[in-house]
Amino acid sequence: MPHSPYALPAIVAVTLVTVVIGAYGLRLARTTSDFLVASRAISPRSNAAAISGEYLSAASFLGVAGLVLKNGVDMLWYPVGFAAGYLALLLFVAAPLRRSGAFTLPDFCELRLGSTRLRKLSAAFVVFIGWLYLVPQFQGAGLTLQTVTGGPYVWGSLLVAVVVTGNVALGGMRAITFVQAFQYWLKLTALAVPVIFLVLHWQADGRPAITPVPGGTFAAATTVHFENEATLTVPDSATVDGPLGPGRHVIPAGTVLTFPAGSPVPEVAGVVRGEPWLLPGGPGSGGLFAAYSLILATFLGTMGLPHVLVRFYTNPDGAAARRTTLVVLGLVGMFYLFPTLYGVLGRVYAPALMLTGDTDAVVLVLPGLALGDEVLGQLLGALVAAGAFAAFLSSASGLLTSVAGVLSTDVLGRGSVRDFRVASVVAGVVPLVLALRVASLDVSLVVGLAFAVAASSFCPLLVLGIWWRGLTDVGAAAGILAGGGGAVAAVLATFGGHPSPGWTGTLLSYPAAWTVPLAFAVMVAVSLATRRRLPGTVALTMLRLHAPDGLRL
Amino acid sequence: MSTVEGRTRIVLAEVARAREVRQTAVELTQQSPVGDALLRGLIRTQLAHALRLAAVVVVGLGGLPLLFAAAPSVAGSRPLGVSLPWLLLGLAAYPFLFVVGAMYVRLAERTEAEFTDLVERPDR
Repeated sequence: MPHSPYALPAIVAVTLVTVVIGAYGLRLARTTSDFLVASRAISPRSNAAAISGEYLSAASFLGVAGLVLKNGVDMLWYPVGFAAGYLALLLFVAAPLRRSGAFTLPDFCELRLGSTRLRKLSAAFVVFIGWLYLVPQFQGAGLTLQTVTGGPYVWGSLLVAVVVTGNVALGGMRAITFVQAFQYWLKLTALAVPVIFLVLHWQADGRPAITPVPGGTFAAATTVHFENEATLTVPDSATVDGPLGPGRHVIPAGTVLTFPAGSPVPEVAGVVRGEPWLLPGGPGSGGLFAAYSLILATFLGTMGLPHVLVRFYTNPDGAAARRTTLVVLGLVGMFYLFPTLYGVLGRVYAPALMLTGDTDAVVLVLPGLALGDEVLGQLLGALVAAGAFAAFLSSASGLLTSVAGVLSTDVLGRGSVRDFRVASVVAGVVPLVLALRVASLDVSLVVGLAFAVAASSFCPLLVLGIWWRGLTDVGAAAGILAGGGGAVAAVLATFGGHPSPGWTGTLLSYPAAWTVPLAFAVMVAVSLATRRRLPGTVALTMLRLHAPDGLRL
Repeated sequence: MSTVEGRTRIVLAEVARAREVRQTAVELTQQSPVGDALLRGLIRTQLAHALRLAAVVVVGLGGLPLLFAAAPSVAGSRPLGVSLPWLLLGLAAYPFLFVVGAMYVRLAERTEAEFTDLVERPDR
């Protein structure tokens, strides 16, 4: 991998700017209200940029392009679903949730259903989802620092964890609103500018085919360092000889091979090649069931992500919350046009990644590989690295704020500023330890599972709580335990054990298609059975959730 | 709602209207049968808008995996030189989602404006 000399300064600069803006926010944050909700004095547009900045995480910045490079068109459901989640949020949740006055999901449980035990249960789910989502952020930071500077993996994770924890603990929400609005635009620029050069370069190259049949050839001489054992198959139609003869080879870990320009790219087990890469329903996709499970999880999971909901409280009223969500939908959609292009151009210019399985790094290394080791390639490589760090810093900040908010009010103390600071340190240390201990997990897979848990616990709670008077506290708890609990069990089984073959494996790796309907069904059935527990205030709560803001009741 | 006729109406218009405004608002907050019916109507209208637009997305986007599986020739077609699934999922999906969202915001705001009108000026 080429190491850009500008990458480390760029990463340091992004981190410093984050800290400085955080410190500026610190001077403004004086009361607990400032701390937690930025005093609700944030304009919809900067709020929308902040929500988008917070949302576009390691999975969006690095993972989507890596998955597209590896598995092709089926993986586009990830970014489409990540964006469509905001439409579901807009249609069913945004305005009523803001009017409810709930700051966190546990708050919503207590406001709507008046149950302290349900509040504790949902607090546990917020913390689980938050930590599940924080681990890949810290891992992505480690991977980025390792890829662009050759430095150790541990330092990247540690750097992001310390900066984010400090920033959240000291500056609170006001600080991260500024930071994250800035980071959205940085991330967009960091993907959009290099991609213009990459596409122009591809044009100038005479538009090399993206999926040559049967395989491809190396555009330039490429040295590949195999960190893990790999099984390669070299086609016998080669015009230029590579280091391996035609046929099947098992490459032991630690091997270094150099492929000359024009030699065929060997086939790798687990990477989709040729025509199937271009067409839906390819071998890496898991079939229709997996596709629909992914669609359900991402479309419905966004509304249940704790760090997304916290942001809605900073809107002045319900109508503003709706408008903010629409702007977010536009901003997020604009961003997702770019990762796809990185994945596609990676097929042409970064075939070595498919050999080593290091596909998550494609966004980081593509500018250097395609545009060469000249100043331009190095500068663009540094820009991309800075954008990646912005992604980790902003997502981790938002997640940490919401986990710490819930920990400080529901577990550790009563929500004072001091409790919040202690809670942010606790909230940051646990996922950092996990990120350093757990073997490298596929970034987007972990995030997909976090979405599945959110979609099968908080999505039914919010949708039914907002639109159906009949929901009871027992029904809500039963639905969360059945659907969310099922999704959590699937997550633990996927990570803990060996992936089971056949249908069981598919059901566990893509749980949303059965856990989301289960959660809805259990919630409705148990609520109907416990109708006597309906809160007496339900009509007043409904009035509060749905009455237009202009109507002063 | 009652209307007052003739000269009295001009004299008492302000007072009468103020009382009526309070009355409808009170009906809502006191959950009287009228207030309850008003609120249920509002919720039903908003939910209907949301469900209708969600159905547009479920069919428009959610139908694609089935379509591609059922008709491989559609999935393999290349309008503008780009494979159709890539064009739809990589590009067209985002403006589509935004337009659906913008339509919902317009519908929801109109519903709320009408509801506010109904509560504040019940004589209309």
